[in-house]
Amino acid sequence: MKYLLLMLPTLATLFVPLYNIAEPRLFGFPFFYWFLIVLIPLSSLLTYLVYRGEKR
Amino acid sequence: MIDHLNWTAAAVFVVFFVLVTVLGFVAAHWKRGDLNDLNEWGLGGRRFGAWISWFLIGGDIYTAYTVIAVPSVLYAVGAYGFFAVPYTVIIYPLLYLTFPRLWAVAQRKNYLTAGDYVLGRYGNKWLELAVAFTGILATMPYIALQLVGMERVIDALGFEGTGLMSHLPLTVAFVILALYTYRSGLRAPAMIAFVKDIMIYVFVIAAIIVIPAKLGGYGAIFHSAGEALAKKAAASGGKVAAGLLLSPKQIFPFITLAFGSGLALLMYPHSMTGMLSARSGNTIRINAITLPAYSIMLALIALLGYMALAAGVQVKNPQDAVPHLILSVFPNWFVGFCFAAIAIGALVPAAIMSIGAANTFTRNIWKPFVHPAMNPHEEAVLAKLMSLIVKVGALAFILFVPTKFALDLQLLGGMWMAQIFPAVIFGLYTRWFNGWALLAGWAAGMVIGTWLAWTPAAWVPVHSVFGSSFAVYNGITAFLANVLVAAALSALLPNTARDDTRAEDYADLPETQLAE
Repeated sequence: MKYLLLMLPTLATLFVPLYNIAEPRLFGFPFFYWFLIVLIPLSSLLTYLVYRGEKR
Repeated sequence: MIDHLNWTAAAVFVVFFVLVTVLGFVAAHWKRGDLNDLNEWGLGGRRFGAWISWFLIGGDIYTAYTVIAVPSVLYAVGAYGFFAVPYTVIIYPLLYLTFPRLWAVAQRKNYLTAGDYVLGRYGNKWLELAVAFTGILATMPYIALQLVGMERVIDALGFEGTGLMSHLPLTVAFVILALYTYRSGLRAPAMIAFVKDIMIYVFVIAAIIVIPAKLGGYGAIFHSAGEALAKKAAASGGKVAAGLLLSPKQIFPFITLAFGSGLALLMYPHSMTGMLSARSGNTIRINAITLPAYSIMLALIALLGYMALAAGVQVKNPQDAVPHLILSVFPNWFVGFCFAAIAIGALVPAAIMSIGAANTFTRNIWKPFVHPAMNPHEEAVLAKLMSLIVKVGALAFILFVPTKFALDLQLLGGMWMAQIFPAVIFGLYTRWFNGWALLAGWAAGMVIGTWLAWTPAAWVPVHSVFGSSFAVYNGITAFLANVLVAAALSALLPNTARDDTRAEDYADLPETQLAE
């Protein structure tokens, strides 16, 4: 479970054809750009959850 | 020489430069330690807590060259340059899992470099040499490229000159850097990193608010950038794939480049130096959670390439796109601030890289092969001297070798660095691999990767696989060959070498031992 949470964003980056698209746009950003940007804080959040789980 | 100098911008630039120079020298007195001990000079005594590490590592791996180069690729070809974002998504989970273990064993055994660890784990000094050699080989052109980033902004300030005179400001800046690194060691870039990172954040926040406001919002920026890229692609007759989205042929190179670069980044000596200077494995974990803030900034910096296209910035060398964008949208005093941020952004990694390379040379080449009986004081003296030599070498590189060559070597450097990943990271979990097998795997990876990159016209970072339409980053192809060879030989030759480390050495230190 821990490894799955940590690896989720990395796995998401692998499926390039799925996010290599322009629509839907967000604030004028084509999907390709905002999707990759959103993965950054998501990865950070998942890592934090794993960290919390380990400290308990 | 200074007829076209932008005086306001240059004055602001110089003020900030002087400020960090003072900090660089004052840093010797910060968190006092005996700077004649390599652990103190080269790793800051392993005392940096989460905040300092955050600024230091952020300043270390998001370099000035990044600020110039990543947007320049988007400016030139579009979406492909955005590989830097999946690349930074990949590294932090990896950092979270692996580096606390490496930190723990390094702290217990007083390892300062990747080479130190490999020697302890596999008892093979030739593998240690290979790891050290790779690190130094890849770091030299990287330092040189920091200078390129700095020179771009000095040029954009309006400084002109011919021959060696044209490099005068750069040389002065670098000599100053060399002197305070010599004196203060890792404390200098750690202290300067605070100033650098805050300045870069201010620059980026201003850029992503002010520039879209001037250009009609992000929708308009992407629209005009897309048109400009389509024109470029059409003008090349379809030879250049440029656009807001990846062409089908770019998909594999895009993602393998991201993965390969991710494998390489944490292996560089300057990454090791940054991580091992942390106070505890937990400090590294906290940083794996908080450092992505820099990645968001990097993604926004990358988009500066599109803003330059949308603003109609026309430059021959794409690396001038960001400096010229800054010149065209900001008032002169803020131009000086932004340029100073980029230049100082070159100083921090250049200092850490030279320290990392110097530590590596001292501990893993000089000590085992020339003078085994070195004491910590002699180590520090040699490392300080090496940090000077490494910087002079990088400067000479820029003065006498075409920039294109440094760029090519840096691309190769990433591919080379990925080849020590099996020896260092696999070793944290298992000692099933034989040291000699890892050395053979390393050699196979280095040779195959370099051979793939070599074409008569230019070095190419990606290569099609068996003549198919799949092109893959050389670093990944070489890495797979490396692992295959290392695994096959380890199966034949079980590892029976001496191991200085035990399983419990990799666990976190008890909190009580960490208290100062």
